[in-house]
Amino acid sequence: MLVWTLFLVVVPLFIVSGLLWKSSLLLENHTLKEIIFSSEWKPMSGKFGFLPFIMSSLWVTLLSLLIAAPICLFSAIHLTQYANRYVLRFMQPVIDILAGIPSVIYGVWGIIAVVPFVAEKIAPMFGVQTTGYNILSASIVLAVMVIPFILNILIDIINTIPKELTEASLSLGAGKWYTIKHVILRKALPGIISAMGLGLSRSFGETIAVLMVVGNVAAIPSGIFQPGYPLPALIANNYGEMMSIPQYDSALMFSALLLMIIVLFFNIGSRFLIMSYEKRFK
Amino acid sequence: MENQTKIKVESLNLSIGNKVILNDINISIPKNKITVILGPSGCGKSTLMKSMNRLTDLYPEMKVSGNIFIDDEDILHTKNDVTEIRKRMGLLSQRPYPLPMSIYKNVAYGLKISGRVNKQLLNKRVEHYLQQASLWNEVKDRLKDPASSLSIGQQQRLCLARGLAVDPDIILADEPTSALDPISSQEIEKKFLELKGNYTIILVTHILRQAARIADYVVFMYLGEVIEQGPAKEFFSNPQTEITKAYLRGSIN
Amino acid sequence: MKKDSNKKTSFKKQRLKYEEYFFRGVMLLSSCLIAFILGLIIYSILVKGVPSLSWEMITQTPKGGFYFGKEGGILNAIIGSIYLAFGATFIAFIIGLPISLYMNVWLSHKEKWVNMLRFILDLLWGIPSIVYGAFGFTIMILLGIKASLLAGIIVTALLILPIMIRAIDEGLKTVPKGLKESSYSLGSTKSELAFKIMLRQCIPGIVTAVLLSFGRAIGDAAAVLFTTGFTDNIPTALNQPTATLPLAIFFQLSSPIPEVKERAYAAAVILTSIILIISVLSRVLTQKYNKHTIKF
Repeated sequence: MLVWTLFLVVVPLFIVSGLLWKSSLLLENHTLKEIIFSSEWKPMSGKFGFLPFIMSSLWVTLLSLLIAAPICLFSAIHLTQYANRYVLRFMQPVIDILAGIPSVIYGVWGIIAVVPFVAEKIAPMFGVQTTGYNILSASIVLAVMVIPFILNILIDIINTIPKELTEASLSLGAGKWYTIKHVILRKALPGIISAMGLGLSRSFGETIAVLMVVGNVAAIPSGIFQPGYPLPALIANNYGEMMSIPQYDSALMFSALLLMIIVLFFNIGSRFLIMSYEKRFK
Repeated sequence: MENQTKIKVESLNLSIGNKVILNDINISIPKNKITVILGPSGCGKSTLMKSMNRLTDLYPEMKVSGNIFIDDEDILHTKNDVTEIRKRMGLLSQRPYPLPMSIYKNVAYGLKISGRVNKQLLNKRVEHYLQQASLWNEVKDRLKDPASSLSIGQQQRLCLARGLAVDPDIILADEPTSALDPISSQEIEKKFLELKGNYTIILVTHILRQAARIADYVVFMYLGEVIEQGPAKEFFSNPQTEITKAYLRGSIN
Repeated sequence: MKKDSNKKTSFKKQRLKYEEYFFRGVMLLSSCLIAFILGLIIYSILVKGVPSLSWEMITQTPKGGFYFGKEGGILNAIIGSIYLAFGATFIAFIIGLPISLYMNVWLSHKEKWVNMLRFILDLLWGIPSIVYGAFGFTIMILLGIKASLLAGIIVTALLILPIMIRAIDEGLKTVPKGLKESSYSLGSTKSELAFKIMLRQCIPGIVTAVLLSFGRAIGDAAAVLFTTGFTDNIPTALNQPTATLPLAIFFQLSSPIPEVKERAYAAAVILTSIILIISVLSRVLTQKYNKHTIKF
C-alpha cells in the first residue's frame, strides 16, 4: 500500500516531465518569447505563436468568472444566512446534480439554448451581428459549469465562521445585514478569494463545452461577440493532424504543459490561502 | 430594601423539538450587583442568559414562552426593535471573539452603529472604554493593528471594552474566564468588581470558587430548572435543598 | 446636537433596511436562477433528445458509418461507455481504496504526511482532463499502442483516481478516534481495523465515492478523445477502439445530416439520464445504509 501511495505522488511529476520532454522539440527551435507573444499561428510554415489562444482563454475565463462570482456570492449568503431548512434541502441536490453533469452535455445545452439566445436576443441589443458561436456564449456556458463548484466552497467557508462571532456583533446592536456586510464577509474574504481562484483554474482547463460554442477561430478576439480559440480547444481540435506536420505535436504538448502549469499555479495558491484561513479557526 | 430588581424572568420555558432546555424559570436579578448563574455543565445557564438579549432568535428551532421584564419592559413581546434591546446589554463570551478589524474599530463598532461618527468624539470614547477595561496602556500605540494580534487575555479585555462602548446597563458574561490563564482571569474578575457599581452584571459559570469570590447574588440551576436563588452569603452558608448541598459538597460536577 | 445625531441614526437605519430588502431580493433571485438553469438544461436536452429515442436507437449500431450513415443507433456508444466506465471505476477502486485506508489507518498519526497527500490529491483533481488525455496519447505514441478501449480505461482511471481516493477519504475521515482506539484496545491489528470495522462503518461513503467516480468516468470526453478513438462497432477485445457516449455526442452533433444529429441528441439524453440516476441512487443508498452505521 505504501508503494501505491508513493505512486500517487509520482504521477504529477511524471506527467509534467513527459509533457516537458515532448515540448522540448518546439522549445529548441523557438524562443519562449516568440511562442507566447506572437500571434501568428501557421503550423505549416513553422510559425507557432500562442498569443491568440492565451488571449481567448483569458477572455473566456475572466468573463465567466465575472458572471458566476456575484451569482455564487449572493446565493451563498442567501442559503447560509436567510434561507430556511427546506430551501437548503432542495438546493443541495440541485447543486450536486449541476456539478455532476458532464462537460459535453453542457456543450449540447450551449448549442441548443445559449448560442441562439446570444445571436438572436443579446447581440441585437448591442447592434452586433454574430452567429452566436463566440466568447460570450462560451463564457455563459462556462459560468454555469463553474457555479456549483464555487458555490459549494463558499457555503463551506461561510459555515466555518463560528456563530459566536455573529452573536458578538448582534449583541453590540448591529442588525443582521450590517453583521453580514461588516463581519461575516470580512472574515470570509480570504476564503472567498481562494474560491474564486479555484473557480478560475477550473474554468481555464475546461475543454469540451467551451469548444462546442466558442467558434474556434485562431485570432485574438476583439470583443465578446467575436469567436475565440482557448488553449484546451487547440489541443482537442488538432490532435488528428498532430503527427503529419513537424513540430505540431510538440506545440500541442507545449500547450498542454502551459495549461497544466497555469491551472496548478492558481490551484496551489488558492488552496494555500484556504489552508491558512482554516488554521485561524483552530 | 435597597435592592431594586433590574430583570425579572417569569415562567420562562424553552425547548428544541421535544427536548426541554429551560423549565419554568422564575428569577429576579438585582440592579447593580453581580449575579452569578451557577450550575454544572449542560444545565441550561448559557441558554438562559442568551434568551435575555434574545440571541435565541438566531435559532429558529428554539421555542420560547414566558416573560422577561427588563425595567418593566417585556422584551420577549415588545414592539421595539430587537437591536435596541441588545444594545442595552454587553456580551462577553467564553472565548474572545474579536471582530475581524483593527483594535480601534472593534471598540468603535458599536459606537458607529449608534450613529456617532465625529472623529474626535470617537477617539475620546475609544480611549475611555479601553481605559475602563485596563487595556489602554498596552494598545495605545497600536490601535490600527488587527485585533487578532493580541493575546487571549488582551482580546477578552478588548471584548469587554467593546461591550462597554455601547453604554449598556447590563453586562452578560458567559464563562468569561474559562479560556484564560489564572492571571488574566483574576484581572477580569477584578474588573467586574470595579464595574458593578454602575452596571448590573450577570455571570454564568460552573466554577464554584469563582462564584464564591465575586457573587452578590446566586441563581443555582440544575437540568434546566432553578433550584435555589438568593444572596450569595445565604446561598453558600445555608443551602436549602439537597441538590444544592450535594453540589456545594462537590458531589455533582 | 443630540437630536441631530438621532435623526442621522434613524435615516441611516432606514437606508440600511432598504438596502437589506434590495439585496435579499437579489440573493433570492440568484438562488432561484441556479435552480431554474438546472431545469432549463434538463428541459432542453429532453426536448431535443426524447423525440430521437426509439428502440432502434438504443439497440443498433450506426449503419453506413457514424458520421454519414442515416440508419442505426448508438448501441456502440452505450456499450462502449459502459465497458469504459466500469473498467476505469474498477481499477480506480482497487488502487484507491487501499490508499485511502492507508492514509486513515496506518498514517493516522502522521498528520503532516496525510495533509500533504490530501493536498496533492486535490491538485491532481484540479488537472484538466485534456492534460491527462494529451499525456496518455504521448505515452501511447511512445509505446506504439493504437487507440483502444484499454488505453481509454487506463487514462480515465488515472483521471478519476484522485476523486475516488478523496471521496472515500472523506467517508473514512468521519470515523472518530474513539472508535479506532476501542478497536485497538480490544487487540485488533491495523488490517483488521481497516477492513473489518472502518469499511463497514463507511459503506455509504464508499458507495457514494464509487458512484461519483463512475459518473465522472462515463461523462468525460477529453480523456477519451485521443485514447479510445471512435468506431461503429462494439468492441470485442481490449485492444480495439471503442465508441463512447460523450464522443458520440461530440462527433455527431456537428453533422449536417439530421439523422446523425438525432443520434447525438439521443446519446445526450441517455448520458444525462445515467447521471441523474446515479445522483438519485447515491442519495437513496446513503440514507438506506445509514441505518446500519453507528451514530455519533
